[in-house]
Amino acid sequence: MSVLAYIESEEGKFKKASYEVASYAREVANMMGTDLTAVTFNAEDVSELGKYGVNKVLKISNDKLANFNAEAYADALKQAAEKEGSKVVILSQSANSKYLAPLLSVHLEAGYASNVVALPEGIEPFTVKRTAFTNKAFNFTKIDTDVKIIGLSKNAFGLKETEGEATAEDFSPNLSEEDFSVNVESVDKATNKVTIADAEVVVSGGRGLKGPENWGMIEEMADILGAATACSKPVSDMGWRPHSEHVGQTGKPVASNLYIAVGISGAIQHLAGINAAKTKVVINNDPEAPFFKAADYGVVGDAFEIVPKLNEKLKEFKEKNA
Amino acid sequence: MKILVCISHVPDTTSKINFTEGDTKFDTNGVQFVINPNDEFGLTRAMWFKEKQGASVDVVNVGGAETEPTLRKALAIGADTAIRVNTPATDGYQVAKELAKVVKDGEYDLVIAGRESIDYNGGMVPGMLAGLLKANFINNCISLEIDGDTAKATREIDGGKESLSASLPLVIGGQKGLVEESDLRIPNMRGIMQARKKPLNVVEPSEGAAKTEAVKFEKPAPKGDVKLVDPDNLDELIDLLHNEAKAI
Repeated sequence: MSVLAYIESEEGKFKKASYEVASYAREVANMMGTDLTAVTFNAEDVSELGKYGVNKVLKISNDKLANFNAEAYADALKQAAEKEGSKVVILSQSANSKYLAPLLSVHLEAGYASNVVALPEGIEPFTVKRTAFTNKAFNFTKIDTDVKIIGLSKNAFGLKETEGEATAEDFSPNLSEEDFSVNVESVDKATNKVTIADAEVVVSGGRGLKGPENWGMIEEMADILGAATACSKPVSDMGWRPHSEHVGQTGKPVASNLYIAVGISGAIQHLAGINAAKTKVVINNDPEAPFFKAADYGVVGDAFEIVPKLNEKLKEFKEKNA
Repeated sequence: MKILVCISHVPDTTSKINFTEGDTKFDTNGVQFVINPNDEFGLTRAMWFKEKQGASVDVVNVGGAETEPTLRKALAIGADTAIRVNTPATDGYQVAKELAKVVKDGEYDLVIAGRESIDYNGGMVPGMLAGLLKANFINNCISLEIDGDTAKATREIDGGKESLSASLPLVIGGQKGLVEESDLRIPNMRGIMQARKKPLNVVEPSEGAAKTEAVKFEKPAPKGDVKLVDPDNLDELIDLLHNEAKAI
């Protein structure tokens, strides 16, 4: 009957988004008057999860699951949900979670609401608020099935620490050969780089930067702030920056704490994609640029003068506040 | 190889989003509808398989008659046949269930759908379809090659990419990268003329049952005015970001 949370880890360690999923799932469990069980895959130390309200951890340790595999992970989660008799399964909206959630939904015959941004409005009926139209609107979705799956948007709920300890229990799901029929041949991941998905701060450049050779100051700002770099659609279409940096309606969504846009005018598709960022700053020489209507803070002026100066000041600030 | 491309009929990316009937329905008034961008990348990749590897390419949509111009556009781009399942799309599961029937009836080897539609952003139809068909599934696909009955694909992951292989039948959740923006095709006059004569088969829905219901919509609260900072006083910006926004 417990609430089940899929807690992601990377190289055995939990990420901030994992604690956010646990915090949110704790509240849902409270609403339902039940316990919270977390499922982890090859995680080392799971004791930290108790702090975010997890009562029990089902620890799966299996070398075959070292690489993420959507079907195998979905099968394992299905078995965990059945073992616990879970009525609600909660997961993040990372690329991997989004990959496995619809498979799990079919396995559990569960209604699935993605991009959820708040606690359920109520348990009976079970209605959740989610973003739709790429952040241009919200949508309230009622889940009608006995078992429900919620995909929690990043930074939508935050972390909530509580008192408590989690008990750990080894769990070995029965996995079949079919679970591994999609083979992972190789993984190419920059380990030292902050990703747009995980970043607290994203620094983004647009056509106003005039060419790829001018990205040094953007990368410098990202370095100072520990930020991910991003770009607008025209910039990736022209090949100035890789597609993986394109944020907007047809690119990646941004839900960081801070988004700094340099030389981006703010097309409606771009603004939709970054709407979930908490604080938005725009630096642009055109005071009429639509981004100023969407931003919290703006600087009107030449990016080539402002950004280097701002970088110096940010460096001083970081040194003072280190 | 038989390819089916799933086409979502969505408001153009520049559309202003409004609701009607007490915020329960999307207001289509003055809205232009297009092929969902993530689907269009998949359709364009499918055309490549048609031209280079002799595949057949059908397109399908679950929706009312109002979606037919969007299917005609897909035919004008080069698809062979269009199928419309004659029922409004209500949730991801119901759509996946209807699509599963079309895939089984048509014995398709490869199904390409967009990773998500840009209207409801559910991101669930391709995965649910694969789950229902017990077919292999690759999401966030940014490259796809087919050799015989084996696919080699690249999937975008958070912070990188992953190379995968799988046998057909296969369902793809596609996105930009399957082809580049510059590869997208604008239908020419000949394509548009031919599309008029191509079959657009309307099939009646089966047992597709929704598991969720969109009960209401809401627009985000209007934003306050931007605070402008003088370029000669950037210390103020840092102060605002630190003390007011608590963002650094």
